[in-house]
Amino acid sequence: MNLHEYQSKQLFKQYNLPVPEGYVCNSIDEIQDTLAELSSQTNAWVAKCQVHAGGRGKSGGVICTKDFNEIKQFAEKWLGQYLVTYQTTSKGQPVNKILIEKASHIEKELYLGAVVDRSTKRIVVMASTEGGVEIEKVAEQSPHLIHKISLDPLTGPCGYQGRELAFKLGLSGKLINQFAKLFVNFANFFIEKDVSLAEVNPLVITDSQELICLDAKVVLDDNAMFRHPDLVILRDTTQEDERESIAAKQGISYVSLDGNIGCMVNGAGLAMATMDMIKLYGGEPANFLDVGGGTTKERVAEAFKLILSDKNVKAILVNIFGGIVRCDLIANGIIDAIKEIGLTVPVVVRLEGNNAELAREILAKSKLNVITAKSLVDAAQQIVSVAQ
Amino acid sequence: MSILINKDTKVICQGFTGSQGTFHSEQALAYGTKLVGGVTPGKGGTTHLGLPVFNTVKEAVEATGATATVIYVPAAFGKDSILEAIDAGIKLIVCITEGIPTLDMLIVKQKLIQHDVVMIGPNCPGIIVPDECKIGIMPGHIHLAGKVGIVSRSGTLTYEAVKQTTDIGLGQSVCVGIGGDPIPGSDFISILKLFQQDPNTEAIVMIGEIGGSAEEEAANYIKDNVTKPVVAYIAGVSAPTGKRMGHAGAIISGNKGTAAEKTKALQAAGITVVRSLAEIGETIKKYF
Repeated sequence: MNLHEYQSKQLFKQYNLPVPEGYVCNSIDEIQDTLAELSSQTNAWVAKCQVHAGGRGKSGGVICTKDFNEIKQFAEKWLGQYLVTYQTTSKGQPVNKILIEKASHIEKELYLGAVVDRSTKRIVVMASTEGGVEIEKVAEQSPHLIHKISLDPLTGPCGYQGRELAFKLGLSGKLINQFAKLFVNFANFFIEKDVSLAEVNPLVITDSQELICLDAKVVLDDNAMFRHPDLVILRDTTQEDERESIAAKQGISYVSLDGNIGCMVNGAGLAMATMDMIKLYGGEPANFLDVGGGTTKERVAEAFKLILSDKNVKAILVNIFGGIVRCDLIANGIIDAIKEIGLTVPVVVRLEGNNAELAREILAKSKLNVITAKSLVDAAQQIVSVAQ
Repeated sequence: MSILINKDTKVICQGFTGSQGTFHSEQALAYGTKLVGGVTPGKGGTTHLGLPVFNTVKEAVEATGATATVIYVPAAFGKDSILEAIDAGIKLIVCITEGIPTLDMLIVKQKLIQHDVVMIGPNCPGIIVPDECKIGIMPGHIHLAGKVGIVSRSGTLTYEAVKQTTDIGLGQSVCVGIGGDPIPGSDFISILKLFQQDPNTEAIVMIGEIGGSAEEEAANYIKDNVTKPVVAYIAGVSAPTGKRMGHAGAIISGNKGTAAEKTKALQAAGITVVRSLAEIGETIKKYF
């Protein structure tokens, strides 16, 4: 689950991580009220579109100005519109909120980030003097400029680790202890809120030698949300694919793709492999869908509806490995679901496992627009040909 | 002798009286697994499926001499149940539970290392030695005692590989589903090491998927340490970047963890990688 910048910064504040003075606005009225309150201050302000994507600055989604009229115009231009960046689809992400922040006098830009490193099985905190640019590029071109500290899961972050990073960054004076404290707070935030990725890019040093988190990107672990009711409510479904949001509510794993062959599969691995098979035989999958273990009539019907809500879908491939569940029961479930929702697009069904023969007979006798496949390869070939 | 488990392995079940625990315990008993009891806090002293129920894993281990456990508890209690099993002296944990928070697994992983305990999973089908012992949710009837060791990050893809190796008559020596989570208890390398040592395993099928770098690490390991033939399959060639494909661990992040990268690493290590899921069986057959 992704957070917005403004949400991440509100959480940062709880952990004494320094962020700029800021105000989040939902409408032009709120923008005007906020600007009226700030009218006595003469410094510059930054206005930033709040979307779940990076690259906002390069796409015109951020301005810095002393002129309140410019901020108003910026808000009028963006609120309710879609911002397209190199990280979004061609449609872009909707801008429903704008964050207005006091501009900082930047002397230097650093990078601070943390991820769960799957190889070492530890949280790794990374810091670099190359802030303000894409960190992936730094990692590729000059990996020696990214300094890493891994956290012992049983002890958590230690002050000395923060100082070690501070020295590697070449910090001096009071910035060393400031950074060490910030490191510990940042790491504790990561651990206590079940974060899977957190980035502050840039973390700036101001001309008065203060550290400030100028940007914030936070991704939370979906699996841990059961113990964070305060974080669950931060979910912004307007930033997500509509069908993926509906699927998530129904407990179905679904990912939208660009093709025209809908897929319904049991098991995440088999669902990926099914997409790969379609592609291998010259077709394009419209989605990833794992219907889960209990392949009941109700679930199959829900999955069919979800697949059909994508208007690109020309045919559907059902690929089920009936392990413990009997295939004949699944076949009946598929038939009932097709009748119930009045499915008209051709469906290719490949059922394997327990009672597969009987299942094929049931499907063949159904007189529905259902093609039974004899094997995986047969299924892939049939679906690609009917979808053309 | 097979690896990790055999027909004499005494197994208990945590989450024994729940619907999942009950259903799969019945299946395991029918398969011949030496299930000797279960744990459900508060139901100690009762019997379930004709077996004793205990309040704690410690009591269960003391009373039954079990060395292995299978865990079916909800995700919120996953970490607690695993740590309880480690503390009670269990040597093999099979955790079926899906959805355990990643940071819980970081702590669990450290404890497993400290206490020298093997864990399969979480978010996995389990482990089976055909005709001897089945610990997990895999359908027993598709297996055939034989020569191929199968290790996989995906449940249903394991079944596909099992079916194909059964159909061609080679059968399986042991099948291990290491699970689809980013931080698994056992990775490919630890299982490949056991396959290499196992006299019953003559060839290996390794099924990976997008996300992380476990396949690349395994490729390096195989090059230097595994002399038995390995056939690999990687799911997710057509998966987009930045999207989680069902499994918590199946995500390409920042162009890292793609199927193309993994395939390249495996091929560079001299491993045959099949593009089509349907070709696993016929490809492994060439080595016999």
